[in-house]
Amino acid sequence: MSTELPEPPSKIELKAGVGGGGEIPTFNITLRVRRYLPETTAEAYWEDFKLTMYGTDRVLDALHKVKWDHDGSLSFRRSCAHGICGSDAMRINGRNRLACKTLLKDLDTSKPITVEAIKGLPLEKDLIVDMEPFFQSYREIMPFLISKGHEPTKERYQSVEDRERFDDTTKCILCAACTSSCPVFWTDGQYFGPAAIVNAHRFIFDSRDDAGDMRLEILNDKEGVWRCRTTFNCTEACPRGIQVTKAIAEVKQAILSRTV
Amino acid sequence: MSVTIPAPRSQRIDPKYKRGPKSRGSFEMLAWLFMRLSGVALIVLIFGHLISNLIVGDGINAISFGFVAGKWADPIWQFWDLAMLWLAMLHGTNGVRTIINDYAEKHSTRAWLKGILYVATIFIVVLGTLVIFTFDPCVAGSTLPQC
Ligand code: HEM
Ligand code: SF4
Ligand code: FES
Repeated sequence: MSTELPEPPSKIELKAGVGGGGEIPTFNITLRVRRYLPETTAEAYWEDFKLTMYGTDRVLDALHKVKWDHDGSLSFRRSCAHGICGSDAMRINGRNRLACKTLLKDLDTSKPITVEAIKGLPLEKDLIVDMEPFFQSYREIMPFLISKGHEPTKERYQSVEDRERFDDTTKCILCAACTSSCPVFWTDGQYFGPAAIVNAHRFIFDSRDDAGDMRLEILNDKEGVWRCRTTFNCTEACPRGIQVTKAIAEVKQAILSRTV
Repeated sequence: MSVTIPAPRSQRIDPKYKRGPKSRGSFEMLAWLFMRLSGVALIVLIFGHLISNLIVGDGINAISFGFVAGKWADPIWQFWDLAMLWLAMLHGTNGVRTIINDYAEKHSTRAWLKGILYVATIFIVVLGTLVIFTFDPCVAGSTLPQC
C-alpha cells in the first residue's frame, strides 16, 4: 500500500560524514551541581555528573542532559533558553551567569564545572531561589511610566538624544545576576540592590517621566544607593552587558545634585 | 526533616528581607560626600605632613622632642595637625562604620561594634585635641631654647 513520495526538488544530497551533527566535536565534562532537596535532606551537597557534550552545547544543555537522561529530580528554572527571559541566572564556576548563554567550550572542561544557585536569596530547591525579595525591591522603585498632566492624544515624543540617555538600562531582563553577586546584598538582604537601581535609572533619566524625584527620594534611603561600595561585581555579572555600577553612580550623582 | 515550602506567588517575603521604615534625612548621602571631600583634604594634609617631617631639611634625622615642640609652637602647624587628626579620625571611623554595616549580620552585633568604635573615636579625638593645644615643651630639666 505504501506509495513512494517523489523527492522534493530542493533536496540536497549530503555526502556521508559531511555536515550534520556528527561533525561537531564532543568532549567529556564533569558537572558539579550544588543539590538541595528539602524533602529529603536538610543540608545542601555537591553531586557530580559525568557527561559527554557537544562543542556547541551550553551549561543549560548539560543541565537538560542531567534532568532528561540521568536524574529527573534536578530542579532549575529556564524558559526561553536564549538569554531573553532572565530565568536561569546561576553561579557557574563561582560567577553569576545565564546557563543558556554560557558555552561549555568557553569553560575549563579539564576541571569539574560547578553550578550553584545564585547567592543571597532564600534557597528553595537545587538551583531555584525565592525571587520575591528581589521583585519587592523592584516594585518599590515604581518601574512604570508616571506622567503629570493630560494624556497626550498621540505618542509621547522623545528626541534621539533623550532616548539615548537611558538606553543602557532599558536592556535589563530581571535575571537577578547583579543583585545576587553583590556582597552588600549578601550580608542581610536589606540593600535595594543593583537591579532595582538600574530599573529606577531607566525611568529617572527618561524625559517623558515625571516621577524621577520620587524615585531619587526612595533610593536616598539608608538601604539605597549609598550602600553601594563600587565593587563592580554587578557589572561583571550582567548578561546584558549593562554598565550597572555606572548607572548606580549616575543615580548617586542625581540625588546629590538634587539636594546640594 | 521535611520542609514546608509556601505556595508560589504567595507574595510572602522572608521576614529577613523586610525593610524597616524609610530613613529620614540624608545622613548616608552626607557621609558618602564627606568620605570623598575628607579624602581629598587628607591627600594634601598627609603628604604635607610626611614631606615636612621626613624630607625637608635634615629629614628624618631631625625628628626629636624638640622638633615636635618647635612645630607646635607655630599656630599653622597646630591647625594642620588638628585638621589631620579630626579628618583622619572621622574618615576612618565612618569607613569602619561602613565595614561593620557591610559585614555584621545581626543588629545587636552591629550596635556593639559601633558603640565600641564611637567610644574609641571620641577618646582619641579628645585626647589628641587636648595634646595639640595644651602641649608644654618645658618639662623639668628641659634644655630647649624656648624655655
Ligand atoms: C590619603 C588620603 C585618603 C583618601 C583619598 C581616601 C579616600 C577614601 C574614600 C573615597 C573612601 C570611600 C570608599 C567607598 O565609599 O567605597 C574611603 C574609605 C575608607 N577610608 Fe580613606 N582615604 C584616605 C585616607 C584614609 C586614612 C588616613 C584612613 C585611616 C584613618 C582611611 C580609612 C578609610 C576606611 C577604614 C575606609 C572604609 C573602607 C571602605 O569603605 O571600603 N582613609 N577612603
Ligand atoms: S541589570 Fe543585568 S544582571 Fe541585573 S537583573 Fe538586569 S539583566 Fe540581570
Ligand atoms: S532561559 Fe531565558 S534567559 Fe536563560
